[in-house]
Amino acid sequence: MTAARPAGGDPLLELRNISKHFGSVIALKDISTTVRAGQVTCVLGDNGAGKSTLIKILSGVFAPDAGELLFDGAPAHFGSPRKALDAGIATVYQDLAMVPLMAVWRNFFLGSEPTKGWGPLRVFDRATARRVTRAELAGMGIDIRDTDQPVGTLSGGERQSVAIARAVHFGARLLILDEPTSALGVKQAGVVLRYIVQARERGLGVIFITHNPQHAYPVGDRFLILKRGRSLGDFAKSEISRDEMTQLMAGGTELEELGHELDRVAGDDPAMGAVAEQITAEAVAKGPDGPAVDGPAAPG
Amino acid sequence: MTIAAAPPATDERVARTGLLRRLLVKPELGSLIGALLVFTFFAVLSDVFRSTSGVANWLDPASTIGIMAVAVALLMIGGQFDLSAGVTTGTAGLTTAILTTHYHLVLWVAMAVSLAVCLGIGFVNGYLVMRTRLPSFIITLGTFLMLQGLNLGLTKVITDTVSVGGISSEPYYETAHKIFASTITINGQPFEIAIVWWIVATVVASYVLLRTRFGNWIFAVGGDVNASRNVGVPARRTTITLFMGVSGAAWFVGTTQVIRLTSVQANSGFGLELTYIVAAVIGGCLLTGGFGSAVGASLGALIFGMTSQGIVYAGWDSDWFKFFLGAMLLLAVLSNQLVRRYAEQSRR
Ligand SMILES: Nc1ncnc2c1ncn2[C@@H]1O[C@H](COP(=O)(O)OP(=O)(O)OP(=O)(O)O)[C@@H](O)[C@H]1O
Ligand SMILES: [Mg+2]
Repeated sequence: MTAARPAGGDPLLELRNISKHFGSVIALKDISTTVRAGQVTCVLGDNGAGKSTLIKILSGVFAPDAGELLFDGAPAHFGSPRKALDAGIATVYQDLAMVPLMAVWRNFFLGSEPTKGWGPLRVFDRATARRVTRAELAGMGIDIRDTDQPVGTLSGGERQSVAIARAVHFGARLLILDEPTSALGVKQAGVVLRYIVQARERGLGVIFITHNPQHAYPVGDRFLILKRGRSLGDFAKSEISRDEMTQLMAGGTELEELGHELDRVAGDDPAMGAVAEQITAEAVAKGPDGPAVDGPAAPG
Repeated sequence: MTIAAAPPATDERVARTGLLRRLLVKPELGSLIGALLVFTFFAVLSDVFRSTSGVANWLDPASTIGIMAVAVALLMIGGQFDLSAGVTTGTAGLTTAILTTHYHLVLWVAMAVSLAVCLGIGFVNGYLVMRTRLPSFIITLGTFLMLQGLNLGLTKVITDTVSVGGISSEPYYETAHKIFASTITINGQPFEIAIVWWIVATVVASYVLLRTRFGNWIFAVGGDVNASRNVGVPARRTTITLFMGVSGAAWFVGTTQVIRLTSVQANSGFGLELTYIVAAVIGGCLLTGGFGSAVGASLGALIFGMTSQGIVYAGWDSDWFKFFLGAMLLLAVLSNQLVRRYAEQSRR
């Protein structure tokens, strides 16, 4: 196995000038990018930038108001999440799309239940569902006490892990992850990043949304940066450095202002002063080149 | 740095979900205890209540309510209400009776038309609820009132009275009677065949709910309809099917009534919709959807039957029935609430 990946597989999904509005709110305007098989496309941007709206268009939840979606080179209209799933697109939604009162294994296979038997006696193959759920979760390093417990009783991170394991299990062509690591511990976040890399090696396309440039940059091949529903750019990795990306994401000047503001508020509180200093430092893009997977590197 | 502990064969944290907790999260547990208490209470008060004829007597109302309660429970688990379920039983009986006695259709044909009408009502209810995304409470309140008016209005226009009778002289009545209204004699005591259909309905509904993928979808659309849609559950189809299940059951019960009584009143079934909902809630269905059981709803109907007859056997005024029922409902809702909190209690 060589580490050399195809620099760009076949275009799996192409977005051409996608726009979406909710009433008078323009959530997305003229977004274009390409997701190739065997590549990871990171979507980055502020809260409310339109990242989740974009991936909901790709996973069939919303229909775009304008623009074109090409899947395997042919125009695609995913009228429902079911159609997208059937095309091999699996999504981890930001809200995880799980039913709190239902058992873990029931949630895992929800909508794609394995069956056995024939005709009216065709039943939900519960043994298989339980077994696969346990195995997939173990693979993520999550040791659920009991797959029969309701999802609502899991911790936030465990719940997120179940949703990720589910998408990895069902994603055959394209895996979409909307802030999958937001509630995860360092170890589980590392596992998710490894999964992303593995999916890429297997030739899947991956769309990865995160607020963490330390997570995005090492695994990403393309970076689509959104701000207030518009694209600030769609870069190949070679076209942008991590510091440039961080600055674009944060809107450098705004962060600098925040630093100054905190400085004023901090007065002589040394702890606050340190935070302000750090933010200012990040804003002028002197962020330390810490190890990729270990979360924000501590200064010093 | 890394603690390389091999995963233990059994998880040391599992002790927390003990047997008690497992039992308590069963939605039907409360209604089982309730049914036992109600039975003991009336059995102590009255000899007749626990005699064979007494049992046959209280199983009879329990059975027809139970068939409906099971269908209504599935709908409630799916997150919806149907206030038109009661009057639809009237519509079913009236349609069959009028089509045979006034339009001279063969009984079987009339019953088939009646079934189609009922399933149509269920479809319209479900379709409107899914299409408009309005609460089913409002939509079915509308269809409930419309059907109530239609039942009375059309019956008066067609027959000039408010009841339709004479169905027993129709051809094939005897065969239909065998299926819908005959009795089975055990120990010299006739039991209504509806009791058998009630048990069949409970078993089938439980099986569907717990063992099939459709059952998984019922829990899912009731628990979180958006999440279900997003993972590919056909939410609209599931909900419409559940509404049609209720109206199909209403057809069965309405047909049973008209065959058994050989006549039907134009206001038949009115008010029963709440009875079905009460039975389902006593049986552990959450009003918010996503949780409940068919067996529980059947036990709720059983409590209903036992209380309504038990009060008579105990020699009390039947006015007390409503009081008992209300108390039972309150108790059930409160204990459901506690059980659910306990079941959902996560480590904080
Ligand atoms: N269903 C909706 N109806 C109306 N407005 C919506 C809807 N969904 C999203 N929006 C609006 O569209 C904008 C983009 O939302 P979106 O959820 O895509 O942001 P995001 O980039 O995912 O943010 P975050 O990082 O916080 O998850 C927001 O201003 C939001 O208020
Ligand atoms: Mg989002």
